[in-house]
Amino acid sequence: MSGIAGHGAAVHIENCGKTFPDGTQALAPASLDIVSGETLVLLGPSGCGKTTMLRIIAGLEKPDAGGRVLFDKTDMTAVPIEQRHVGMVFQSYALFPNMTVAENIGYGLKIRGVDKAARAARVAEMVALTNIGGLENRRIDQLSGGQRQRVALARAVAVRPRVLLLDEPLTALDASLRDRLRSELNSLLRSLGITAIYVTHDQAEAMELGDRIVVMRKGAIAQIGTPREIYFAPQNRFVAEFVGAANIVEGPVSDGRLTLPGGWLALDDAVDNAAAVAMIRPETIGVVAEADAFLRGTVESVAFIGDRERLVVTGAANKPLTVDAPNTINVRAGERVGLSVTPQAVRVLPKED
Amino acid sequence: MRDRLIFAGQLGFTLLVAAFLVVPVVLSISAGVTVNYFRGIQSGVTLQWVVQVWNLYAGEIGLSFLIAFATLAVTLVVGVPAAYGLHVKGGRLSRVIEEIITLPLAIPGLAIALALLLTYGGFGGFRQSWLFILTGHVVFTMPFMVRSVMAVFASVDIKTLDEGAASLGASPWTRFCNVIVPNAMPGILAGSLMVVTLSLGEFNLTWMLHTPLTKTLPVGLADSYASMRLEVASAYTLIFFIMIVPLLVAMQMFAEKGEKK
Ligand SMILES: Nc1ncnc2c1ncn2[C@@H]1O[C@H](COP(=O)(O)OP(=O)(O)OP(=O)(O)O)[C@@H](O)[C@H]1O
Ligand SMILES: [Mg+2]
Repeated sequence: MSGIAGHGAAVHIENCGKTFPDGTQALAPASLDIVSGETLVLLGPSGCGKTTMLRIIAGLEKPDAGGRVLFDKTDMTAVPIEQRHVGMVFQSYALFPNMTVAENIGYGLKIRGVDKAARAARVAEMVALTNIGGLENRRIDQLSGGQRQRVALARAVAVRPRVLLLDEPLTALDASLRDRLRSELNSLLRSLGITAIYVTHDQAEAMELGDRIVVMRKGAIAQIGTPREIYFAPQNRFVAEFVGAANIVEGPVSDGRLTLPGGWLALDDAVDNAAAVAMIRPETIGVVAEADAFLRGTVESVAFIGDRERLVVTGAANKPLTVDAPNTINVRAGERVGLSVTPQAVRVLPKED
Repeated sequence: MRDRLIFAGQLGFTLLVAAFLVVPVVLSISAGVTVNYFRGIQSGVTLQWVVQVWNLYAGEIGLSFLIAFATLAVTLVVGVPAAYGLHVKGGRLSRVIEEIITLPLAIPGLAIALALLLTYGGFGGFRQSWLFILTGHVVFTMPFMVRSVMAVFASVDIKTLDEGAASLGASPWTRFCNVIVPNAMPGILAGSLMVVTLSLGEFNLTWMLHTPLTKTLPVGLADSYASMRLEVASAYTLIFFIMIVPLLVAMQMFAEKGEKK
């Protein structure tokens, strides 16, 4: 076996739904394809079924009748988790308190009958990879949260799994450690080239780690796409508002113009003349002189947040608009401003309810 | 000064309570090595009663330990996997089963014995063998094993550990041995300690179930107390102590070591 690089299976999920015995439908039947070597992020608010989906892929939960899980075109639906050859990182890490760090990392190899020398070599490799040198003989209760997280990852990766499954692996850590581990994890997943499915409710984590993101809502898939697609072209209001900050504006449309209380916006998307709902990201709105714009409003507040200036502008749309301007801007609350928005930045959303 | 007074008071009270409990034991034991209890220790010190008890009741003593360790074996083999199953399965059915297992705690030993007699009294071979008493002891001690193991399971999130081991390729039996049992060890040891102690000292149920040929230590003790000199019964107590105290101390030390690890 060569180095740390592994391969991943392509995962195909077909009509997998989950209704628990108590009648809770945690997941509506959903289908999903995960390309070999890809990192797919399941993103959504608490209780939307992310863990359930992950556990179905892992084999810890059986999908409802009709659902199938395939690894590289082989049907795994009836195969128990211990034979699926997955690696799993749990939110609580699930490290074995009765074993040392090295024994934890080597456990999967021991189960597979890898001999002692080869096991030690692989453990050393994992220890180096996850930066936990010197901790090999510690017991689990002698580790910090960040160290546990690394051990859990090392243990899951050591067996060269076909699919690596991670359930909110960073949630239990404090913010600065989370940021650091997130980028470490990112380069690790890239260098391993492994198929990974990563569950999180943190959109920044999803953006950084995901090749593609599956946004979930109430047990259903709301949108699947690359981070850019999800961010710039959300297909519905839920995705627009859940991922990043979004201004939602509503108004009648005629001749490619969306009319708002403070003027109008040019639209790129072809829409009928009925009333439309559109999304604009705060950083895509430019602040210009009132006379140079087709949309105008009054600055209600200005907040300096370091890398930019966050304005709230009233009177332009039905609701106050949030605008992220460069931190060099010079405006004051109460000033009248013009807002310039390119047609590409206005994303028309389908009407709901 | 005031602190020292309080301390002295507390110490005095503790010693008093201890004496209240210990003195009868010492008296009873000393009676076992006295030539004539009614004339007091001046009558002389002897081991004749101890020897007599040993000659008369060696069988009972052996049987007691046999039953205690057989009970331990059964509660371990059945109780630990049962606790695991109940914990992992969860749900209402598991809770009902747990309650049923716990029920013998609330039922008087006599009632359990009666039920066993009514049900199995007709099976002569079984009724007359020590296995009959073993059955009673298992019913009576099982809740202690299951409960103390389940208490540990609840505190170490055994379900996730189990899933972790499964994700690494371990079969159910392998992970039971590698992960479940080692992590449940404090509960298993505490449960074992209780099971052995309870079985060795159990009287109510055993007295109902015993036959002249299947008597345990406590039943023998009652027997000798009822039919022989007080010195003999006391010598019996002495032997009971000599046998059980080192055993309990050893198990306690074992349990503590397991916890520290
Ligand atoms: N064993 C179970 N029995 C009944 N309902 C369950 C069970 N497990 C999960 N659920 C329910 O299914 C829904 C989805 O749960 P799931 O754990 O998949 O959510 P999640 O997206 O992972 O949430 P979180 O971010 O909080 O972890 C929830 O409403 C949850 O209460
Ligand atoms: Mg979850």
